[in-house]
Amino acid sequence: MFDDFFIRALVAGIGVAFVTGPLGCFVIWRRLSYFGDTLAHSALLGVTLAFTMEFNIAISVFVISSILALILIQLQKKTNLPGDALLGLLAHSSLAVGLVVVGFLTFIRFDIMGLLFGDILAVSVNDLLIIWIGGAFILLTLKFIWKPLFASTVNYELAEAEGLNPDRAKAIFTILMAAIIAISIKIVGLLLITGMLIIPAAMARNLSSSPQSMVIYSIIGGLLSVIIGLFTSLEFNTSSGPSIITAALLLFILSLFKIKQTIKLKN
Amino acid sequence: MSTDQNILVKLNDAGLQLNNKWLVKGVSLQVEKGKIVTLIGPNGSGKSTTAKIALGIYKKIGGSVEKYTNKVGYVPQKISIDWTLPLRVNDFMMLTESLNKDTIDEALSLTGVIHLKDKNLGDLSGGEFQRVLLARAISKKPDLLVLDEPVQGVDFTGEIALYELIKKISDELSCGILLISHDLHTVMSATDHVVCLNGHVCCSGSPMDVAKNKEYKALFGEQASQILSRYQHKHDHIHTDEGEIKKN
Repeated sequence: MFDDFFIRALVAGIGVAFVTGPLGCFVIWRRLSYFGDTLAHSALLGVTLAFTMEFNIAISVFVISSILALILIQLQKKTNLPGDALLGLLAHSSLAVGLVVVGFLTFIRFDIMGLLFGDILAVSVNDLLIIWIGGAFILLTLKFIWKPLFASTVNYELAEAEGLNPDRAKAIFTILMAAIIAISIKIVGLLLITGMLIIPAAMARNLSSSPQSMVIYSIIGGLLSVIIGLFTSLEFNTSSGPSIITAALLLFILSLFKIKQTIKLKN
Repeated sequence: MSTDQNILVKLNDAGLQLNNKWLVKGVSLQVEKGKIVTLIGPNGSGKSTTAKIALGIYKKIGGSVEKYTNKVGYVPQKISIDWTLPLRVNDFMMLTESLNKDTIDEALSLTGVIHLKDKNLGDLSGGEFQRVLLARAISKKPDLLVLDEPVQGVDFTGEIALYELIKKISDELSCGILLISHDLHTVMSATDHVVCLNGHVCCSGSPMDVAKNKEYKALFGEQASQILSRYQHKHDHIHTDEGEIKKN
């Protein structure tokens, strides 16, 4: 069944969409889109390290992104630089270091475009296992920390005062962000991962009136984007990442019409 | 005298220092089951900070806090909710604890906002939102309620009703309440213990004792002192939306 490269890409993309849906909602609610971007940029370094040491890409990316997240938290505590400057500093320097290392790796053939924008030819059965097992683990963990994480997103002091330990939930969520980037890099590409997190969730926000419904719409939006995007990629020989994100954008634009209707109804 | 078992939270010489400046310093107080302790004091005197110290929100504090319960309901003075969240009143009620429908309905009815249950939080007025905040805090039947100006922005008749409700809750649930209020009438009618703050504890005791205190008179003026010592329920001021007292 998984002999066909396209079926593998489809199964991988569907697995990714199930996880980016709920995580993307939190990225929007907690205003973490640039944080996601920074982690994704550092992924290149993780990939190159994986190639040099002949190590699994997803695990290597996960480790590097987690380390970067920890460095960021330390820098936020110890310097007087604003958060966005620190994010930019880490994002671009880790991307630059990653590209320099790529330059040294002349001994292996390296598909840099596939890495940056996703490649449906590249998904192996092994990748499917990592996406589905890793994805299930991410979702279970998110369910476990949902209450403190959501409560502290609404109001940190309420969550802290009523004994929910929001700091722990935030730290775990940071690790989950690194994990989702690690598992979705093959299919979406590292430059567009944040788009996969934000755009379906943004579409969902236009359609929903409660946090739960936003998560469900976000998953549906992600699934549709993946399916439409991958078929486009197959048909027109485009990179999978840009095709998926373009599909997500179209869905977002459609969701804007729903807002117009509700505003009309209210008046 | 109460036994130690009744103590819910105890501050020992507690304070908070920010950028080498003490926001509040040397506060000792305790809240017991079934008792209402009220913090009064001018703006910037450290009332909210003291409440947050008691709640354990600040990690690096001077002195110490002993908290003997985790069942806490909190109504903060300022709450900024991000409207990028799609959140209805019903979802907000279950923010920190899952509750069944009856419990939610009961709490919302008590504070008079049951009709707003399915409304989006962003569509509420200031006073409506304040009533929802109070409903959320009492719905989980906490041991300790910390209410930081809980009736700000609530209309005149509602204000009296809500203070009566707070008193009733304190009796029925026999929970301890740490209340911050600008309304000296309320302080007199319902409170067991008053702590008057001005960066430090300037005086504390029963409402009667505090009213006689010289430092209290210096802080609030002779008129306020008379309100406390000869309690009559006559409003001589109005509350602005910011929770300030404005003399008529």
